[in-house]
Amino acid sequence: MSHIPLEEGVPGIRSLVMYRPDTGKPLYELAQVLLRDESPLSPAERELIATYVSHKNTCKFCASSHAAAARYLFDQESGVVDLVLDDYQSAPISDKLKALLTIAGRVQEDARTVSDEDVALARSFGANDRDIHDTVLIAATFCMFNRYVDGLATLTPTEDAAYAQMGERMGTIGYVLPQKPA
Amino acid sequence: MSHIPLESHLPGITGLLEYRQDSAKPIRELTQLLLRGESTLTEAERELIATLVSSRNQCRFCTTAHKSAADILLGESETCEMVINDFESAPVGEKMKSLLAIAAHVQKNGKNVTEGDVIRARNCGATDREIHDTVLIAALFCLYNKYVDGMASFTPTDPAFYKKLGERITTVGYNRLPGGYDQLKTQS
Repeated sequence: MSHIPLEEGVPGIRSLVMYRPDTGKPLYELAQVLLRDESPLSPAERELIATYVSHKNTCKFCASSHAAAARYLFDQESGVVDLVLDDYQSAPISDKLKALLTIAGRVQEDARTVSDEDVALARSFGANDRDIHDTVLIAATFCMFNRYVDGLATLTPTEDAAYAQMGERMGTIGYVLPQKPA
Repeated sequence: MSHIPLESHLPGITGLLEYRQDSAKPIRELTQLLLRGESTLTEAERELIATLVSSRNQCRFCTTAHKSAADILLGESETCEMVINDFESAPVGEKMKSLLAIAAHVQKNGKNVTEGDVIRARNCGATDREIHDTVLIAALFCLYNKYVDGMASFTPTDPAFYKKLGERITTVGYNRLPGGYDQLKTQS
């Protein structure tokens, strides 16, 4: 049961932004800007960072929904998502993305531990300022979303099918503020 | 040294928000709504929540900046100091203590907020909106703290800097300065 009364049957972040749409609007805009707008990282790579951080925060709703979005966007290579969650260092992804996931993981644990060496390693694999900036901000943003969703104990679906549907929506229309059912 | 080049006259969060303005816009808008918009919590109470979370995340820039704002709004500096050290014995109301306890749990992990925490807050008179806003403010400051420290942005040590910053965020608020931040170059 959620800690405050929320729209019945509506899961996770969607129930919260229906509860307070004025704060929901910038929250959805931030997700759209960071995960879909122009960036040197592809939307699939950015969803992978969001998934990895949510997984480390043990936020089942965010981890499952963003994993589903990442699978949708990786398309033929959708298997990469679970390999990354299992052990990203041995997953079939670029060295640059591995170095960025290391940075994201440190931001999730304690951001002060992002070291000059972590950043130098990412740069040695071709990461630029924007790659590094966006990785840190996506990781920090998901530390917010995960805490918001779990801190109010929102509804978390258990069926994979519910997340597959969300992932397809996130992969096609992106982050559009949901409206309360009339 | 920050992990990417940032404007040298804009330490802490400001240089980051100026570096990427399209992502800064919704972050600023959210902060202005939560900390300055309509609420049954006072601006000072909301700054106390921001300060407690920032201090638990050991983000020196955000802790000092928001303590400065809280001190200005409260007209004294002892309360915020005590909230940071031990909020259960600080001179704030029982409702505020219960909300600070929720914020402290959110800082660690959202799932640490228990039914018991929420019942305590309700017994002290907290409303749904106050519980909601406490959780979202705490979550938002985890974003800020991690953004600032994860990019290793410059953290000034001069108290005068934070006094000026506290004055800015208690008068202008969290919106981008009209005309941007080049005007601050000449002041420093």
